[in-house]
Amino acid sequence: MVAVSVSQRVASDDQLARLLQIGIVLEEVVEARTHRHYQQLDAELDEEVETLLADAAEESADHRERLEALIEGLGVDSVPFGEIESLVDARYGRTRPEDFDDVLYDQLCNEETAYKFYDDLIEAIEDSDVTFSIDREELLATLTTIRDEEAEGVREVTEVMERR
Amino acid sequence: MNTADQYLKTIYVVQDSEDGPASTGSIADALGVSPASANEMIGKLEERGLAEHEKYKGVKLTDDGIVRARDALQTYCIIERFLANVLAVEDFQSEARELEAVIDDTVAERLDTIIDRQPECPDCFDPETDACACLEIAPAPVEPEQQ
Repeated sequence: MVAVSVSQRVASDDQLARLLQIGIVLEEVVEARTHRHYQQLDAELDEEVETLLADAAEESADHRERLEALIEGLGVDSVPFGEIESLVDARYGRTRPEDFDDVLYDQLCNEETAYKFYDDLIEAIEDSDVTFSIDREELLATLTTIRDEEAEGVREVTEVMERR
Repeated sequence: MNTADQYLKTIYVVQDSEDGPASTGSIADALGVSPASANEMIGKLEERGLAEHEKYKGVKLTDDGIVRARDALQTYCIIERFLANVLAVEDFQSEARELEAVIDDTVAERLDTIIDRQPECPDCFDPETDACACLEIAPAPVEPEQQ
């Protein structure tokens, strides 16, 4: 067995880039799943759920672009959206939503997961004393904004779920 | 995955390969920490009812500890599979080791929605290669024999 690391810090540019890539994939998963929800529930979508899904997809695309700008500064490529979309499609048959409640619950999981990911990432960067090749303040500011938007997303979905 | 989970995963794999209690030395070696640090964390796991330490024998996970360890191992397999299959990372084992502390279980669950994990996971984990046995692994380069 190989020795594992027990540190919870981001130790290098490469590791940071990889974590940002994972963030991009998470956002792409949200976009792709939201798109599928649209297609599958199209005829029955009510306005509130439709707006929620449209906003979520738009926000994910915006987060993705911001993360892409960060990893570009680290000289790393992002994962093409089409690739993730086809992976989501390939697996979707097994996790098909039955109704609105499933769609909303899935959306809640998306937002909560993204929030947790960015929150852990921010902490791991703050705990690290590594000098990254991109500006640390800008990096943390971008991630904090994205995290706070995910928290707001959790609140919005929860409100819609409570009203229904 | 937090530090406690990394320990549980390691103890699980070590006790499986040693076919009995895991010695503190083996756990410390596998984690790359000092025996004193390993002892300290093992004490905490005991307090939480996740492990039992027998003097001169070693550490054994309780049933609750085994459940948590298997979850942690599954999370590790998800990270490896995601790196190898989605991001096409060649050296996915060493990257997974670096990333496991920063990737939470809920995040791993989401990543799991786009990878094709086998139902036998985490029993597919092979400690020798530090990887899911269902993943194709590039053979290690053969060192030229010394004359």
